[in-house]
Amino acid sequence: MEKKKNCYLLNFPSGPEQFTALKIGDKVEINGEIYVARDTAHKRMIETLHQGKPLPFPLKNALIFYMGPSPSPPGMVIGSCGPTTSSRMDTMTVELLANGLRATMGKGRRAAAVAQACRKYQAIYLVTYGGCGAFLHRFVTECVLIAYPDLGPEAVYRLKVRRFPAVVAIDSAGRDFYEEKEKEYNGKGAHSSTG
Amino acid sequence: MRKISLKRVETQVASLAVAINRRLPGRVKKSLLEACRKEKVSLARSYLEAIRRNLEAAERLRLPICQDTGLFTIFVHCGEKVHFIPDGPEDLEEAIQNGIRKATKNGWLRPSVVDPLTRANTGDNTPSVVHFSLTPGDRLRLTVMAKGFGSENASSLAMLPPAAGWPGIEDFVIQSVKKSAINSCPPLFLGIGIGGTAEKACLLAKIALAEIDNVSPVTSFFSIREQRLKRKINQLGIGAGGFGGEHTVLAIHIKSAPTHLAGLPVAVSFSCWAHRVGHFVL
Repeated sequence: MEKKKNCYLLNFPSGPEQFTALKIGDKVEINGEIYVARDTAHKRMIETLHQGKPLPFPLKNALIFYMGPSPSPPGMVIGSCGPTTSSRMDTMTVELLANGLRATMGKGRRAAAVAQACRKYQAIYLVTYGGCGAFLHRFVTECVLIAYPDLGPEAVYRLKVRRFPAVVAIDSAGRDFYEEKEKEYNGKGAHSSTG
Repeated sequence: MRKISLKRVETQVASLAVAINRRLPGRVKKSLLEACRKEKVSLARSYLEAIRRNLEAAERLRLPICQDTGLFTIFVHCGEKVHFIPDGPEDLEEAIQNGIRKATKNGWLRPSVVDPLTRANTGDNTPSVVHFSLTPGDRLRLTVMAKGFGSENASSLAMLPPAAGWPGIEDFVIQSVKKSAINSCPPLFLGIGIGGTAEKACLLAKIALAEIDNVSPVTSFFSIREQRLKRKINQLGIGAGGFGGEHTVLAIHIKSAPTHLAGLPVAVSFSCWAHRVGHFVL
């Protein structure tokens, strides 16, 4: 019940208009085409940008999912496909957002610079359920390797997704879900400084 | 002398490495399902519900629970009276690595092992990390853990001054959890190693984590502290997935060893909720 009440449907690729009502802590479901890239693929894409060459996919209004799937068993579209830790991409994300990237999805916290860039470029950061790759597998209807096959599980893939679940961790106003949470638990639990 | 076939070791490692990636140990699963039933915070409950459905999906679809099928970490306890038969693999290390290679291929596990600097992938999850120790007797015991790196990256070590004592240890663990819990896929399992040297404390922490599933529920010096520390951490409100609530840590296990009079090493080894570990004895 509550899920229906508090769940937004997002489509990708698409402009920032669909983010206006979104705020941190909102549940969303994603439809459309998204791209998979992580550590080494990011490094290569940034180098490609600096060389002024075209990227493996159009960044404009795209969503990048930080993920490295397990191999697809016969008859399956993809293997296990949950998020990886987003913060490792922090230093490279701002530049991609400046070049039109609309959303990122992974797990965990991000640097303050990413939240500022989300505000500046009207972008969002989503988290999806860490470790739940077998469950998330069923929201992926197509998986195509589009670049850097030599990177194996770190290659770039294009996914078609249907109602892929996630939660808004940074909204387009630059508010950070985990930072607000942290304010609640900081100062709790530790011994006095004499400890 | 008791003879053990190395081919048999290879086969057992291969099947265990796949099995732990599809099904969690009994107590680990039980504590997750209990958290799922009790959770009151809406987003945390959604996450725990996704975890519950993920565990079902992994078993039913024969897929790994998590796409990060880990850097395999293996503890070998080998009886001094064991004689290995080289009926395929030449030695114990080779038998273990062959097993991991087979598991990766047959179990559709993700090859995640790379050169630290060139980042070139070995393609088959070898070499796994193997710790050997000799024990009395004629048995071979192997513990296999699939260590995901979201949580491994949170590992922490402190060389505390002896005067810090238990309060200093508690402080360090709590600070480490505050710093790293969200990126480590909580609810977490924590292994804590106290004493020895720097590397001994880290190893103790990892062994404590590996044994967390079969700790006997006796009341001891550390078991009381494990419970108290767990309560303190869970009062922080980080919660499942960092979404809030009281399920930040599901279990803590401490192991200690004597140390030098000038030091108090403490190491914390983190496991995500998908704490994948199993063992066999030959």
